[in-house]
Amino acid sequence: MGQTIAEKIFAAHLRDSPTPDNMVLGIDVVMCHEITTPIAIVDLMDKGMDRVFNPDRIKAVIDHVTPPKDSKTATQAKIMRDWARRHAIKDFFDIGRNGVCHALFPEKGFIRPGYTVIMGDSHTCTHGAFGAFAAGIGTTDLEVGILKGVCAFRKPRSMKIEVVGEMQRGVSAKDIILNIIKQLTVNGATDLIMEFTGPVITSMDMSSRMTLCNMSVEAGATSGICMPDRVTAQYLWPFIQQEYASVEAAVEDFTKWCSDDDAVYEKTLRIDVGTLSPQVTYDYKPDQVKDITEMAGTPVDQVYIGSCTNGRIEDIRAAASILKGRTITDNVRGILTPATPAIYSQALDEGLIKIFMDSGFCVLNPTCGACLGMSSGVLAEGEVCASTTNRNFNGRMGKGGMVHLMSPVSAAATAVTGEITDPRSFLDK
Amino acid sequence: MKQFGGIATFIDRDDINTDEIIPAKYLTEITKQALKPHLLEDLRLEDGSFDPHSESVQNATVLVARSNFGCGSSREHAVWALEVNNITVVIAGSFARIFRQNMFNCGILAVELPDEELDRLFGLAPEVRIDVDPAREKLIATDARGTKIECSFSLNPFDRELVAAGGWLAYADGKY
Repeated sequence: MGQTIAEKIFAAHLRDSPTPDNMVLGIDVVMCHEITTPIAIVDLMDKGMDRVFNPDRIKAVIDHVTPPKDSKTATQAKIMRDWARRHAIKDFFDIGRNGVCHALFPEKGFIRPGYTVIMGDSHTCTHGAFGAFAAGIGTTDLEVGILKGVCAFRKPRSMKIEVVGEMQRGVSAKDIILNIIKQLTVNGATDLIMEFTGPVITSMDMSSRMTLCNMSVEAGATSGICMPDRVTAQYLWPFIQQEYASVEAAVEDFTKWCSDDDAVYEKTLRIDVGTLSPQVTYDYKPDQVKDITEMAGTPVDQVYIGSCTNGRIEDIRAAASILKGRTITDNVRGILTPATPAIYSQALDEGLIKIFMDSGFCVLNPTCGACLGMSSGVLAEGEVCASTTNRNFNGRMGKGGMVHLMSPVSAAATAVTGEITDPRSFLDK
Repeated sequence: MKQFGGIATFIDRDDINTDEIIPAKYLTEITKQALKPHLLEDLRLEDGSFDPHSESVQNATVLVARSNFGCGSSREHAVWALEVNNITVVIAGSFARIFRQNMFNCGILAVELPDEELDRLFGLAPEVRIDVDPAREKLIATDARGTKIECSFSLNPFDRELVAAGGWLAYADGKY
């Protein structure tokens, strides 16, 4: 019987199997940010267990509220900073070099096919785009990860999501994943690993694959995962060229992780994106999704472009293609947050930041910012935001606020008109 | 072994997410006790029936809800917010994976029941008390009228070990 990619990664990292259904895995990368880690650090210190299993395998960043907005967030940052210094964690990213963890760490080449990755952050599933098993965990799991380099998971069960067809203009990975979540519902993939396959995925860049995997948790999945291939190897090439003679050699090596043809899946979902329209959420759950045409005309107060879902250079380029030569309506506050300093810098080089600023957008430094209502960009009661983020929960971006999730092009079109707008009407002009 | 159970409070909704259990603005706290006054403070039910400051919520040590409880953000603060309010058992139709693991990692209980059993619990008269025995995998619920319901549930054997060990850190520290 064949194995899925997740089964292969689990087998290669197995440390213990306390029951037939539970597997304790060795972890390759333990990632940390300043919201869920400081409380783990303080707890470990209180218990006299202030140790790290391997400082080179710990990657840490201050990203959720940065620069700090008040004494409490400054204290969280300080606890992280002091801890990173104390344990000689060299891959620690502080102000000036920090960005949204799930955009920053891939960009640094920290994630490789076949790796196991954990972080005290539910969107850790993003890194499955590299053919790694990457899962969000809580603080206790993080403490054990930091101390011992292990984490327990149930035996992996996978669902196959086969994506076929040719995407229309104005449709992107964000629309695909929103539609998948609509079909699966918010717990349709609980305890499952969503394996994205098919020609649409094969031809996708890493940025789009990360967008897909990022939102797999919104269907309840343990993680999303894509097969590592030439696209993966090309992306990673600057970091792996010492290890492989050529990109082809890397691809060949990565193939060993790919799911076997006769691997067994719990369920399969096939989605033809040929007729898919841009998608948008309409209420407080990420599975409450409609075609954008059904929501057209809904007024918004704010447009937010950024986050670990859609704050990458490809997303900024896509939104800028709509904003170029246009101004956003007076009634709307536009906020752009490039996800990392490198993305910000690249966007400056390409003239994209100027397009955003000329159109009336405010440009923030890389941070998780408004997505979870922790810092700049919080909504007032009754306000509505068109957002490229991943969660539309009640109160997520501020108490009493409504968030409509959508793609970067849809958000840009919406900023121009002030109401939810089908981006295809702009692309043809 | 630690005792589980006591006065129960009921929230008749699916998909209660961790932003609703503890809003993100409190994630800047670095002590668990600081979360105590804010448990479920942003939760809104369509019929307006939920009040986080009501006596039934304040006195509860067991929380009963519907499916996919604890979805969304991985924040363990959601579990701690329950814990510092003395709620050490959540009974639901199903749980989101990370929340469920966070519960057992803290040595407290996430109990899954089928919908029919949940309907029976939701059908009880007010002032429900639920006593939970994780070793025997049984719970007994009684209401003010004296109605008594007994349910069996099953815990993943590993999760049961975590509860017995007092959580994942205690378990892992001795073993790995």
